[in-house]
Amino acid sequence: MNLPKAISTKRIVPGLLVLLLLLLAFSPLYATRYAVILLTSIFMFIVLTVSWTVFSGPTGYVSLAPAAFFGAGVYTSALLGFVLPLPAVILIGGLASSCLALVVGALTLRLRGIYFVMFTFGLVEFLLHFVLWWEVNITGTTGRVVPTVGNTVVYYLMLTVLLIVILAAYLIKHSRYGLALQSIGECEEAAAHTGVHVTALKITTFALSAFFMGAAGAIMATRWTYIDPRIAFNPVLSFLPVLMAIFGGTGQLYGPVIGAAIFTYLEEFLITRFPYYYMLIFGIIMVFAIMYLPEGLVGVTQKLWKRISRGKHADS
Amino acid sequence: MRILEGSGVTKYFGGLAAVSDVDFHVEQGEVVGLIGPNGAGKTTLFNLISAALSPKSGTIRFKGIDITGFKPYKICRMGVARTFQTVKVFPNMPVLQNVILGIYFGRSPRVSSSEASKSALEILEFVGLSRMKDAAARDLTLANQKRLEVARALAAHPELLLLDEIMAGLNPTEVAEAMELIIRIRKKGMTIIMIEHVMKAIMKLCDRIMVLHHGRKIAEGTPQEIVNSEKVIKVYLGERSHAGR
Repeated sequence: MNLPKAISTKRIVPGLLVLLLLLLAFSPLYATRYAVILLTSIFMFIVLTVSWTVFSGPTGYVSLAPAAFFGAGVYTSALLGFVLPLPAVILIGGLASSCLALVVGALTLRLRGIYFVMFTFGLVEFLLHFVLWWEVNITGTTGRVVPTVGNTVVYYLMLTVLLIVILAAYLIKHSRYGLALQSIGECEEAAAHTGVHVTALKITTFALSAFFMGAAGAIMATRWTYIDPRIAFNPVLSFLPVLMAIFGGTGQLYGPVIGAAIFTYLEEFLITRFPYYYMLIFGIIMVFAIMYLPEGLVGVTQKLWKRISRGKHADS
Repeated sequence: MRILEGSGVTKYFGGLAAVSDVDFHVEQGEVVGLIGPNGAGKTTLFNLISAALSPKSGTIRFKGIDITGFKPYKICRMGVARTFQTVKVFPNMPVLQNVILGIYFGRSPRVSSSEASKSALEILEFVGLSRMKDAAARDLTLANQKRLEVARALAAHPELLLLDEIMAGLNPTEVAEAMELIIRIRKKGMTIIMIEHVMKAIMKLCDRIMVLHHGRKIAEGTPQEIVNSEKVIKVYLGERSHAGR
């Protein structure tokens, strides 16, 4: 009785994913311009949240640096956008963020807990004010213009990065390095004495996660057309991926994806419908989510699923 | 052949000499007991050998290679595995995964995943945990968590095994089981250094015993020599009192 059911779920899930992918791949042909732009934002947040989870999920090192890596990508786009073709700009944006992450990682990954959190957040503030100072005193500007490429191109670029980041996250999670990252989160000392090169693994993963954040920043800059340090290094972009990951649940790969998608849509919905009460409602939802969904949406669905399957067993 | 050799090993914590100018050596295939009162520096010595700490001065050689200043992961891959005084399993991982991690990262030629699972099951069978392979490590009893630590250390295929009080907190039956496990590990030809307060176990299992006190090595010899040593008796029971009479 269980066998046919197992086969059908095995077929249905990939089938649904392919269908969803096709729908997304052709959505600029049939969806409204607004929907395409909203979907791009959702993709961007999924990229940030999933890449945040790749490092911080298993290791438990809560990084508030996403805005720094995103901003590095944004500035790469602003500096090189008129010189190089866009794919090269995106790649360099990602690499610039990775390099930044390597340096920061080497300096800070020996810090644990709250010290690491504070340092990574300090990095965002530092870069914001440093670039601001640089632009005002050295280059004599405050903002920069980024070449635009049109909504559809931005959409497809973000979708591509999204697919790559999900693939990368999947491969890491199911590899021996995924297991090692988890061991670092559970007991770093034991991991080191079990043969895991903890420093190298932490720094490489941190840099990889920064790569995707930088790439997302480089793409997003082309949609904004005008950027300045406050837009590029917006601290909110450090907090949102963390909240989205917690909201979705970091135990499974689809947790951060669903968390980011629902969260971004919810935010958009509340802003447009309740422009005055949006923050209030949003805050209340967050408080409830943290109080009642400690393992995120993933935890809730797993509990529900267990209850349903147990119910079925009781019937038979 | 000397598998491990330390000379002049010294470590300070602030002004306190936790390990002070200790010379030691371990022969291949030997079981060496490391005893001493609390705070004598036994675990610190383990931490120095496994590179959790680096010594202030002195050198440690493993199979003739100077390993002082190496990183813990490297020492493990070279063939020195350890357990911890306070249990440090990976609590949320299944028991099997705890061991597989040790196989993946502790051995130096890369092991394929199918080979790793097979080897992990054999090791769990060897330590007697195969029935619990899918349980989360946190759900095991203390005795079984200690066994799991031994299994994880064995996963690295070590030549030298450092066991830090694997019998502490166990009931008499569990102690007997742990002793039996050590005898079987020893039969495989592995060299063992064990810190232990359970004297019965130390006396029965060890070829040689080293006694640390206030960070210094005060005695060394066969179990028989150690129980009869004036110095050791003084350290454990205090000086004979001349007051009263």
